[in-house]
Amino acid sequence: MSNAVPRSAIKTTVARWWSGRATPLVVMIAGLTVIWYIAALALNWTSVRDAFEREETPYTVTELVVETLSAERPILPAPHQIAAELASSIISYAPSSNRSLLFHSWVTLSATLVGFLMGALLGIALAILIVHIRTLQKSLLPWIISSQTIPILAIAPIIIVVLGSMGVRGLLPKSIISAYLCFFPITIGMVKGLNSPDPIERDLMRTWSASKTQTFCKLRWPASMPFLFASLKVAIAASLVGAIVGELPTGAQAGLGARLLAGSYYGQTIQIWAALTAAAILAAMLVGLIGGCERLVLRRMGGGR
Amino acid sequence: MTARRILLSAAALGLIASMFLPLGGGGLTVFASDPTVIAALVICAGLLAAAALFGERAALALAALAGAGLASMAIGLLRQSDVAGQAGPGFWIIVVAAWIAWNEVVTNLTHLESRRRAVQRLTGVAVPFLFGAFLFFLWEVLVRGFGVPPVLMPAPSAIAARFLGSLPTLGADFVQTFFKSVLSGYLIGGALGFFAAIVADRIPFLRRGLLPLANFVAALPIVGIAPIMVMWFGFDWQSKAAVVVIMTFFPMLVNTVAGLAAANRNELDLMRSYGASYGQILRKLRLPAAMPFIFNALKINSSLALIGAIVAEFFGTPVVGMGFRISIEVARMSLDMVWAEIALAAISGTVFYGVIALAERATTFWHPSFRGQI
Repeated sequence: MSNAVPRSAIKTTVARWWSGRATPLVVMIAGLTVIWYIAALALNWTSVRDAFEREETPYTVTELVVETLSAERPILPAPHQIAAELASSIISYAPSSNRSLLFHSWVTLSATLVGFLMGALLGIALAILIVHIRTLQKSLLPWIISSQTIPILAIAPIIIVVLGSMGVRGLLPKSIISAYLCFFPITIGMVKGLNSPDPIERDLMRTWSASKTQTFCKLRWPASMPFLFASLKVAIAASLVGAIVGELPTGAQAGLGARLLAGSYYGQTIQIWAALTAAAILAAMLVGLIGGCERLVLRRMGGGR
Repeated sequence: MTARRILLSAAALGLIASMFLPLGGGGLTVFASDPTVIAALVICAGLLAAAALFGERAALALAALAGAGLASMAIGLLRQSDVAGQAGPGFWIIVVAAWIAWNEVVTNLTHLESRRRAVQRLTGVAVPFLFGAFLFFLWEVLVRGFGVPPVLMPAPSAIAARFLGSLPTLGADFVQTFFKSVLSGYLIGGALGFFAAIVADRIPFLRRGLLPLANFVAALPIVGIAPIMVMWFGFDWQSKAAVVVIMTFFPMLVNTVAGLAAANRNELDLMRSYGASYGQILRKLRLPAAMPFIFNALKINSSLALIGAIVAEFFGTPVVGMGFRISIEVARMSLDMVWAEIALAAISGTVFYGVIALAERATTFWHPSFRGQI
């Protein structure tokens, strides 16, 4: 009795775990994994059973379950199958081979990054112009906003074909689509950010007779940093989508989009899911990277919260 | 002498000079063509010169007249086979002069100070409209003047002709993609996201687990799910609607959860002091307070849904649909049809967005961001 933990202590520990952030997330992910397995069982059940019955081999329920979770072309592959496919396509082939998922991820990643860089520069430049020139703010901004009601990805095939017939192939057309998708959130975010200093602060700069450039460098630009990073996170995710979709219409040979397309042509579901998972990991890494930069910059600027 | 006066005078002088320069191939000048063109050129040059002399308001009207005249003259000249594809310096001077006139109009409109609200609203609409009109004019003139092959970039007039000429096809595609795939997916995805948010709001444990996941999923390239949905639900619109459901679910979930937290403590305390039940507080306070967030999600979803449906059609469709038509016509290099489909997508996207924005105004007119705009 002496070394037993008091009940109230257990209760508070459980309560703390229960109301913390990590436990609900872990429970949720575990729950989703279980649901996934059940769904894989249910969805693959009939096709696997029919296959057994066609071959007229006697089967038990255990065999059926095992086969359901390890079928070669399942309707829904189980998570461990996707993990195995990911591992094998990363480990078993050299990163330069076109059977390696690392190779395809790199192709998509490079287009994403180039497009993101172009889009970010364009977005920031447009925002600076819009903030400083009143005519542009009135005439250009409404068009930038309404350009987003157009499903821009629909233009992707045209950009690829037009640039292709002009001799531009490979990385650049995809990056242009990425840039087109990601300039918008940056422009909108930066216009907001560059205008975020209070009128009082702008008046203060004027009492110091600061030039437009000085006001920009010392007040507007630093004030816009939180807005910049928030929109960069949205933009880099959009940029990845642009690069993947840019690989679809031409039937590109390499890249995650090409893997998706090939998988859907040949019914290789596990390959599709592996490519999707790779894209998800890529997106998480990219957004995480921007988040890291954000913390670094904001801490150096004295914020950090 | 300000910059605008120098520009306007230069445009007027340039127009006079353009009469002696070749308009197109074969040394064609204005004198060889219609006498009305000569008269129109002289009148426009006079208008621009007068605009350079007068103040801003008079210049606005004069430049607007000159700009409209010059633009229609440029479009008219392009109908002559000697000009289209081989436009000379005389033609380009007319285009540049139109640009200068347009610039004068737009700059003066933005600086127009008027107390009257009707004038303010009119300039608020006119400036972006003029900007767009000029972009289309420039597109038309550059493509036709330089003779860009239509397989690279068709002129807006060609696209418009194609659009009007293939209305039945476009209509069928629109019904397939918009009414069947987009609208059903949009409604189901939005409703699911909304109810998931209500459940998550009721059970805090679920909310804490679900929200980080939803934020993570929102950053993922969800369109990639399209090939799987096509395998599961077949080639017809059901698979596209499924993609749209998944794409629209998460923004609605995240925004509604944020919106349900928007009612402030005082208001909640007041409701509680009235002895209101959970359901009453939800219906009378928290849902109305969440409306701006929900409409935000509806707006984001309106463009996501169109993108999802069109991209999903790249992976296989019956022989109808906007995404299907785009991929087929790109392969056949008939870009005017592709642009017609894109114009259709743009129009439907804009109208869709506009309808939601109007509904937002009608339901959340009390919100601070709308006050003083009625």
